[in-house]
Amino acid sequence: MSSKICSVPFKGTKEQEAQLKAIIDSLRDQRGCLMPIMQKAQGIYGYLPIEVQTFIADELNIPLEKVYGVATFYSQFSLYPKGEYKISVCLGTACYVKGSGDVYEKLMEKLGIAGGECTADGKFSLDACRCIGACGLAPVMTINDDVYGKLTVDKLDEILAKYN
Amino acid sequence: METVNIKINGIDVAAPKNSTILEAAKLANIDIPTLCYLKDINEIGACRMCVVEVKGARGLAAACVYPVNEGMEVFTNTPKVLDYRKTTLKLILSDHKMSCLSCVRSGNCELLELCRDLGVEATDEYAGVKNQFELDTTAVHMIRDNEKCILCRRCSAVCEKVQGIGVIGANERGFATEMTSPFGLGLATTSCVNCGQCIAVCPVGAIYEKTAADEVLAAINNPEKHVVVQAAPAVRAALGEEFGYEIGTNVQGKLAAALRRIGFEKVFDTNFSADLTIMEESNELLERIEKGGKLPLITSCSPGWINYCEHYFPELTENLSSCKSPQQMFGAVAKTYYAEKMGWDPKDVVCVSIMPCTAKKGELARDDQNAAGVQDVDYSMTTRELARLIKRMGIDFKALPDEGFDSPLGSGTGAAVIFGVTGGVMEAALRTAVWKLTGEKDGTPIEFKEVRGMEGIKEATYEVAGLKVNVAVASGLANANKLLRKIESGEANYQFVEIMGCPGGCVNGGGQPQVHARIRNFTDIRAERGKALYSIDEKNTLRFSHENPDVQALYKEYLEKPGSHKAHEILHTTYVKKKVHDYKI
Repeated sequence: MSSKICSVPFKGTKEQEAQLKAIIDSLRDQRGCLMPIMQKAQGIYGYLPIEVQTFIADELNIPLEKVYGVATFYSQFSLYPKGEYKISVCLGTACYVKGSGDVYEKLMEKLGIAGGECTADGKFSLDACRCIGACGLAPVMTINDDVYGKLTVDKLDEILAKYN
Repeated sequence: METVNIKINGIDVAAPKNSTILEAAKLANIDIPTLCYLKDINEIGACRMCVVEVKGARGLAAACVYPVNEGMEVFTNTPKVLDYRKTTLKLILSDHKMSCLSCVRSGNCELLELCRDLGVEATDEYAGVKNQFELDTTAVHMIRDNEKCILCRRCSAVCEKVQGIGVIGANERGFATEMTSPFGLGLATTSCVNCGQCIAVCPVGAIYEKTAADEVLAAINNPEKHVVVQAAPAVRAALGEEFGYEIGTNVQGKLAAALRRIGFEKVFDTNFSADLTIMEESNELLERIEKGGKLPLITSCSPGWINYCEHYFPELTENLSSCKSPQQMFGAVAKTYYAEKMGWDPKDVVCVSIMPCTAKKGELARDDQNAAGVQDVDYSMTTRELARLIKRMGIDFKALPDEGFDSPLGSGTGAAVIFGVTGGVMEAALRTAVWKLTGEKDGTPIEFKEVRGMEGIKEATYEVAGLKVNVAVASGLANANKLLRKIESGEANYQFVEIMGCPGGCVNGGGQPQVHARIRNFTDIRAERGKALYSIDEKNTLRFSHENPDVQALYKEYLEKPGSHKAHEILHTTYVKKKVHDYKI
């Protein structure tokens, strides 16, 4: 089986755990408390790794599968942290027509991760986004606050090198 | 009972108020096809196979969840309905692995049957991308092939609701949805108890047991090996279904004959070691009561239950009887006492078991199950696997004569055969315990009907020789959970508790023949199979485990007495405290 466990080591702290525990305690008696708890947990940790999901499951006395099923159903929940450099490729109509799909694919290949994931060293995370309003520069991607336009797959090595 | 009057396909039906269209149609002998629906377990109206036309209603209604109303007019087989069902099937097939030729469920696949009935052929009408899923082969007892899965969710429903476990579920979304355990780690990393109830309810061939048939045949054909087989009590109450017998037919005689024709050197009966279990366990119970040991004593025959106890109630492992299960006791005796008797080297003895159970496959490799220095039991096969092997070997099952089991490990009393049904181990133990407590006299009560029946939890109190004994019986792990919470909280005070992992006990085990939902939804198959076992018990001249002459001989010649040092070495085992979520990354 291929594991969906994040290869970035979990760096949760005791403080974060205490914060999550307090939230769970305040919500546990409410019907349908799982999703709000998961949202708050993602707020605390930035993502929902197996360690956090197991903590929630054990606290609520429900199967881990229940938490995982919800986490994978909603695209707002992430099993992976965001990297030091967050790459966001626009797959909006204009960019897509101009070939941003190829850029996105190439980045997955170069970074060795799928969309939504983070490299094992925690450096890069990759996501797709919709229109960022720079259609004149299509295809476009952003890395943190830097915007790169008129992209081709050939330019990617040079761009990534700036962050290595 | 309050009824409402409705018309189905023009036929007047008086259906109980609050029943569904599906149930009402059954009363009029009208069959509405279903795929995802399992009564009381999975009532989600998701697969849309059971759609019908309801006069005045918008769109088609899912009969499995749509309640009947006074004056309602329903049509179950109009062209519109049939066409809709066909389209649904074609869409399912468009993402289905077409390996029907070799699929283990080919003969009794609910999807295949529907396609045949509705005239749906493999078509490329909706051809497109097909999901490519990995096989999950991590578990010791089963394989999951999600490319055959139709996402009916019967497996996850039975896992979560009936067993209270929930280690599998629908993950991801839309077309990518897949029934898996969390984080793609494989079932083996979860606290799955191996009960196999998911296999028993799967309508297709997406989940199936890992089979030991080839290894068993190889051993049989190896002249250096002595291959002995044991068959569990519940197997005889269900094996016949695979050969066209009615549910609840006892095929004990043909079972023995078939095993002999497959080529097993000795054909024995787990009933022997069930009697042996009672000798040890009733002794353990009386000892714990007399010496102030840990109470309640909880039975240890069901490996699904043992797995559950270790993961979910680790503290209660101290209450578990230290007795090995009958399967393991059999292997232990076969490779020590019997091997010595026969002058066989235990290493050359291959012990095979036929079980109604998939968890038995996991039990084989447990620690502390090797009385003769080698694994007590080598291979465990389910009732279904045996049926397939009988067919593979060209044995005409129905034409077989009724034969007996071999001696000495083939004898069993009536007390042993009811091990296969909820309450049976309790009743068998009570028979012998009461006999002992009341001075080992004739005329000891035989039947303890309070612990019989298909209720999930049963309780009774017996006064024996001035001793008040509170007992409880649970089957199905969600029921067990309720009972164990009462024990943990101190709300209940029992001395003896029987727990079986599967609802109804082994007769409804995860290794038993799969029963089509069409029958399962309207017949209590557990009760029918259970009746077969009670009837064998009733007809048996020996109904107390301690009366088994071969068990008596075993003690006389080898083990001395129940609970002896030697008995402990050979027949008892240990448990491990685990956690619910204990994955290794």
